[in-house]
Amino acid sequence: MTAKVLNIIVTGVGGQGNVLASQVIATAAVDSGYFVSVGETFGASQRGGSVTSHIRVSKVSAYGPLIPQGEADFILGFEPLETLRTFRDYGNSSTQVIMNVRPNYPLGVLLNEDQYPDIPVLTGNLRVQSQKLWALEATNLAVDVGVPVGTNMVMTGAFAGVQFLPISFLAYETVLKGMFAGEILDLNLAAFQVGVKAVS
Amino acid sequence: MSFMSLQVNEPGRSVLMTGNEAITRGAIEAGLSFAASYPGSPTSEILAHLGRLANEHNLYAEWSVNEKVAIEEAAAASFAGLRSLCIVKQNGLNVALDSLVSIAISGIKAGMVLVVGDDPGAHSSTNEEDSRLLSKVVHIPIFEPSTPEEAKQMTLAAYELSENLKLPVTLRCVTRISHASGNVTLGELQNVNKQAIFAKKDRYVTNAALHQLQEVKLAKIRQIADTLPFNTYKGPQNAKTVIIASGPSALYAPEAVNALGLDNEVGVLKLGMTWPLPEKFLLEHMKHAERVIFIEEIESFNEDNVMALAAQHISEIYPLEFYGQKSGHVTGPKGPGVGEMDPDKVKQSIARVLGVENNQAAEKPSLKLETPDVPVREMAFCAGCPHRASFWAMKSAVALDGRNAVVLGDIGCYSLALRRTGWALPQTMHAMGSSAGIANGLGKLERFGFKQPVIAVVGDSTFFHSTIPALVNARYTRANFLLVVLDNETTAMTGHQPHPGMSKNAMGEIVEGLQIEEVVKGLKLPVVIQDPYDVKGTTEVVYKLLQSEGTKVLVLSQACALVAAKASTRPRVYIDQEQCIGDSCGCNRFCSATFTCPATIWDPKKGKALIDEVVCNRCQVCVSLCPQGAIKVEGGANLDR
Repeated sequence: MTAKVLNIIVTGVGGQGNVLASQVIATAAVDSGYFVSVGETFGASQRGGSVTSHIRVSKVSAYGPLIPQGEADFILGFEPLETLRTFRDYGNSSTQVIMNVRPNYPLGVLLNEDQYPDIPVLTGNLRVQSQKLWALEATNLAVDVGVPVGTNMVMTGAFAGVQFLPISFLAYETVLKGMFAGEILDLNLAAFQVGVKAVS
Repeated sequence: MSFMSLQVNEPGRSVLMTGNEAITRGAIEAGLSFAASYPGSPTSEILAHLGRLANEHNLYAEWSVNEKVAIEEAAAASFAGLRSLCIVKQNGLNVALDSLVSIAISGIKAGMVLVVGDDPGAHSSTNEEDSRLLSKVVHIPIFEPSTPEEAKQMTLAAYELSENLKLPVTLRCVTRISHASGNVTLGELQNVNKQAIFAKKDRYVTNAALHQLQEVKLAKIRQIADTLPFNTYKGPQNAKTVIIASGPSALYAPEAVNALGLDNEVGVLKLGMTWPLPEKFLLEHMKHAERVIFIEEIESFNEDNVMALAAQHISEIYPLEFYGQKSGHVTGPKGPGVGEMDPDKVKQSIARVLGVENNQAAEKPSLKLETPDVPVREMAFCAGCPHRASFWAMKSAVALDGRNAVVLGDIGCYSLALRRTGWALPQTMHAMGSSAGIANGLGKLERFGFKQPVIAVVGDSTFFHSTIPALVNARYTRANFLLVVLDNETTAMTGHQPHPGMSKNAMGEIVEGLQIEEVVKGLKLPVVIQDPYDVKGTTEVVYKLLQSEGTKVLVLSQACALVAAKASTRPRVYIDQEQCIGDSCGCNRFCSATFTCPATIWDPKKGKALIDEVVCNRCQVCVSLCPQGAIKVEGGANLDR
């Protein structure tokens, strides 16, 4: 890791479990010896609002909990529209992105007032404008493992898999073992592995 | 969030903690015995953590009925020699204020810390309120952490100071501290008194004669403030520009200074105690400065207090210019003091004061994506939320009644009804329980020609928190209104905390829950209980109740969909696309575009409705509302109903 600080944004919609994903990543980073600051915006959690975590990882010192605009090095997007929203504000041409392609429609779209962006067009745009994009069917992968709510662990596994942070899989799995037990742990570990595989 | 870090007890180890976890850990290290709170973002998690750790650390943790009771209980524990903690959000401090003013006058015994969570930007609040002004009124000191690590250290320091001065001490956190995470170093658990006794000689009485003692205490703290490690200065020794910042702004400032390439010119003075001020420390750095820039959140609290200090010492520090909210230089797009600070606002503000180029725009590559506008994501009731069904029924009953009934909103998840998800039905919303008070007022205006029916809507936790006195008043004064209690069996908005109506307390013990209808019956008022998922039945009940005189109560009882979904094995709900006839129905896409449950979406390929089964919580309400009967329950079962 050569940069002074690496800026990662985890973004999605309330209820998708992205706050837990950011806690897993941040805890694994602290346990691996880094200074980590996380700024969570989860006031709207569970009520359909956007939920975003800013994770800042540094070898040098603790940074503030918010990332300046245009300075995200990595975006882990749980939902296409939220990924696009975050990329517009925080992305740049060297930002890398993992995106779950399953949409979650906002009220304005349900009311037939707003148009949800066309997914292939949105994906194509992000692919051109970012340094690298991994577009994943993360929710479907989680459903296949038997845990639709395991999308967050598929995404966490994918993030671990691309090795943006020099953190071992073992460090992530140790965090999961501290958080869960029994069958729930097994399901989360399985979802995590599916995510790792999806980007390998 | 994860709670895991609080189960680690290895002094010296660095772990990831949220600010709320760090405060929890700090209180436990300080030998906390007694904690009381009422839930409110951003500080709700602290008491929840303490409840789970109660047995292990021999402490008592309580979700109190409201903040006034919570602070009185915390004071009681302190009087009896136990270290205590009261946790509130800014609005909660308003509720507790009357008692806190008195407690600060009477003084206390063992350390008593008040955590106040302020919410700049109102992420999960109805207002942006700067509670520091209230702590100043109360005559108590304020610690303001900038990181989770500091939140823990300050909690420990606050107990020391509180116990030395016999005064409650405020720890003011903002959302970006409480809900932020960072490295926190664990410390040893202190061995402090855990034996409760109210000494025979002790007196704790509010008396105006004690005002003098309060001023003496504040003067002492003013001197202590100059010795605290939390007030720091970093930068060139004789910097001409000094930024004075507190809270997370004290981290944004150095990052912004660095980004602007001003490391060799600008110093950053971090205030960790923002009241009373470390006067000598501030004056020392104002002497070498030619300009001071204030960066803080919500009100210009530090700015006002430091400028008053500067005015008093003008001959020592002249010439000096002040920039901040008052000068209009430190501001976001909505004006000074409005909305929370962030690294970009801080950078722009500093650039504005110093007249330097904010190179941000140049750094950022052009990102004009060729996509349509990104639609906003409006907050909405969750899939299966009983409130959606309740408000639809009330809306229907109000339309049937035809007398322009006035619906009064209150504080909870159901305050979202002010938005489109609740068809903007409520016409007022203020503080906890206010709808019932306002209903009392409107409910006796008949003599002035008022003919509209009145419906006040509160949740179950709000009912206990502050609605009962209004009901007593209503019965006494014969107010004419319908109180609808949306009983979802939890304090949902803040994260499903238990309340007096539930059979569980903060420490997970089984208790006897108080039935809302029993309270109402005790007041000798009529009460009806109804399942809001039965939309037709609920509409009829609301309509009927609106036709009757006097005060009456309707309890709409159905568990929060998020809790119910976790526990339930409800059958799958789906749309039979053979039976859905799409836009030729004439229902105007009722399920997706009118009822707007996030689980019922539109399938543009087939031109028909579709249920997103990953989102659906299987409440089955839409089944009864589809005019074509196209929404089905697998197996035709109807288990939960």
